[in-house]
Amino acid sequence: MPSSTRGSASTSRLLRHRGAQVGFAILTLLVLLAIAAPWLSPRDPIRTSPRDALKPPGAAFRLGSDQYGRDVLSRVLHGARISLVVGLVAVGIAVALGTPVGLVSGYYGGRLDLVLMRVVDVMLAFPGILLALAIVSVLRPSLANLMIAVGIAAVPTYARLVRGSVLTAKEQLYVEAARALGCRDRGILVRYLLPNVVAPLVVTATLGLGTAILSAAALSFLGLGSQPPEPEWGRMLSEGRDYLREAWWIATFPGLGIMVTVLGMNLVGDGLQDVLDPRLRE
Amino acid sequence: MLTYITTRILACVPVLVGVTLAVFSLLFLIPGDPVKMMLAEFATTPEQVARMRAQLHLDEPIPVQYGRFVGHALTGDLGTSIRSRRPVAQEIGENLGSTAVLATTSMAVALILGISLGLVASLVRNSWLDVLAMLVALLGVSMPSFWLGLLLILGFSLHLGWFPATGGGDLPHLVMPALTLGLIASAIIARLTRSSMLEVLGQDYVRTARAKGLAGWGVVVRHGLANALIPIITIFGLQFGNLMAGTVIVETVFSRPGIGRLLVGAILNKDFPLVQGTILFVATAYVLINLLVDLAYAVVDPRIRLH
Repeated sequence: MPSSTRGSASTSRLLRHRGAQVGFAILTLLVLLAIAAPWLSPRDPIRTSPRDALKPPGAAFRLGSDQYGRDVLSRVLHGARISLVVGLVAVGIAVALGTPVGLVSGYYGGRLDLVLMRVVDVMLAFPGILLALAIVSVLRPSLANLMIAVGIAAVPTYARLVRGSVLTAKEQLYVEAARALGCRDRGILVRYLLPNVVAPLVVTATLGLGTAILSAAALSFLGLGSQPPEPEWGRMLSEGRDYLREAWWIATFPGLGIMVTVLGMNLVGDGLQDVLDPRLRE
Repeated sequence: MLTYITTRILACVPVLVGVTLAVFSLLFLIPGDPVKMMLAEFATTPEQVARMRAQLHLDEPIPVQYGRFVGHALTGDLGTSIRSRRPVAQEIGENLGSTAVLATTSMAVALILGISLGLVASLVRNSWLDVLAMLVALLGVSMPSFWLGLLLILGFSLHLGWFPATGGGDLPHLVMPALTLGLIASAIIARLTRSSMLEVLGQDYVRTARAKGLAGWGVVVRHGLANALIPIITIFGLQFGNLMAGTVIVETVFSRPGIGRLLVGAILNKDFPLVQGTILFVATAYVLINLLVDLAYAVVDPRIRLH
C-alpha cells in the first residue's frame, strides 16, 4: 500500500478511536486555554495581595486565592503554558539526542554500538526520576535546567527504541538495493531508515510527554525545578501543601491540571499505539 | 544454567563500573568551582575552602581521585556528609529500613490491587466493569503521586483523622504513603495483567482445558493467570526501581524519614558527598535487584536460560 494511503487510513482510524477522541478534545482545550491564558486570567498570576490571602473559591476568586493573595485560577491557567512547554521541550531534547544515537548504533553496529549501548545501560541503571535528580543536583534549580534534566534522563528510551527499529529495517531488501545503487550511509540513514522509526517514535513521544510533565512537576514539587513566583503546577502544589487544612484549593486545582493534561496525552498515546501497532489491531 | 548465571552476573560489572564513573563525574559537571558551590551559603575564608578541597581530595589527579572513590565505596566508605559531618554510609544505613519497608509494602499493595483489577477486567471484557476498571487504571497512570498523597492527607488525616499526616516509624504512619505509591503502581500492573490475560485466554491450550471440561475458575487461574503473570514478573524489577524512585517524592510529601528524603535534603543543601553516596547506593541496589529478578526468572522459566 502506498505510504500516503496507509497514512490517511491510520489517521481516520485514529480519529474514530474513542479514547483518542477524548484525549484530543482534552489536549485541544488545554492548548487553547494555555494560549489564551493572558486574556482569560482574571488577575495577574504573580502579583501578591496580602489582603486577599486564602480566600475560598467564590465570586471574587473562582478557584480561590493562595497564601499571598494570588488568584489560583490565573495561576493554574498560566501553569498550563509552562507545563506544556516543559513537556514539549524535554521530549524534544530526548528525541533530538536519542534518535541519532539509536540510528548510528543500530546501523553501524560493532564497537560503536557496544560503547553507545553500554552508556545507555548505565543511564538506565538510575531508576525513574533518579537520573533527572542527579542531573538537577549539579545544575542550578531553574525551569530551563529542569527541561534539560528531564530531557536527558529520557534519552535512553528513544535511543533503544530507534536502535531496535533500525536493526530490523536495515536487513530489508530496499536498504540493500539503496546501498547497491551507491547511496551513502547518511542518505540511507535519513531517507530509508528514519521513516521506519517515525511511527513507534510518535507513539513513545506522545506517551513520553505525559511522563515528562509528571517528572518535571515532581522535581518542581521537591523544590528542584521552577522557582517562585513562577506559576508552575508542581511548585504550586508544594506551596499549597502547608495550607491543606485552611485552603485545600491551593494544592487541589494545580494537581487536577497535571492529571488532566497527562490523561489527555496518555489517551492519545494509547490510541496511536492501537492504530499503529498491527499486533493489537483487531 | 551455571553459564547463564555467570554471564548475567558478569554483564552487571561494566554497568556498575559505569555507574561509579557517572556518579563520580557529577562533581566535575558542576559549573564553576564545586567547593565554592557547596560552601556558597557560608562565609568562608580561603583557608576553609582549601581545607574542604583537601578533605575531598580535589587536589589530586582525577584518575587517583576516581580510584580512591571506588576503592572506598567497595569497603563501604561513601565519604562524609558536609552538613552533619557523619559518614554517608551511616546516614544511609539509618534511613534504609524505613524506605525498604515502604517500598515492599507498596509493592504488595500494587500487586494485590493491580492483578485483581486486571484479572476482573479481562474476564468481563468490554463490559461496564471492564471500562470502569481500565478508567481507574488510566487515572492512576496519569495521577501525580504527590497530588494523590496530598489528597489522602486531606481526606484521611485532616477530615477523618484516621491516620497521621506526617512522620514515620509505626504502622499507622505507613498506611497512607504505602497506599499512595501502591495505588499508582497498581494502575500499570492492572493494565498489563488485563492485556496479558486477554492474550493467554485466547490461546489453544486454554480452549483445550475448557473443552476437557475443567471448571471455569480452574482454567482462569491455572492456565490463564499462571501464564499471564510471566510478563508481570519481568517488569517486577523495573517496577521496583520506579517504586524506589517514587519513595523520593512520597517521603517528602509525608515528611517520612528514608533514603529519598535524605537525597532531596542533600541536593537542596548542596551536600555533595551525601548526594553522590545516596545516588550510588540506590543505583547499585537497583542493578542488583534486577540481577536477582532475572536469576529468579531463569529458575522459574527454563526458556530463558536455554536461550
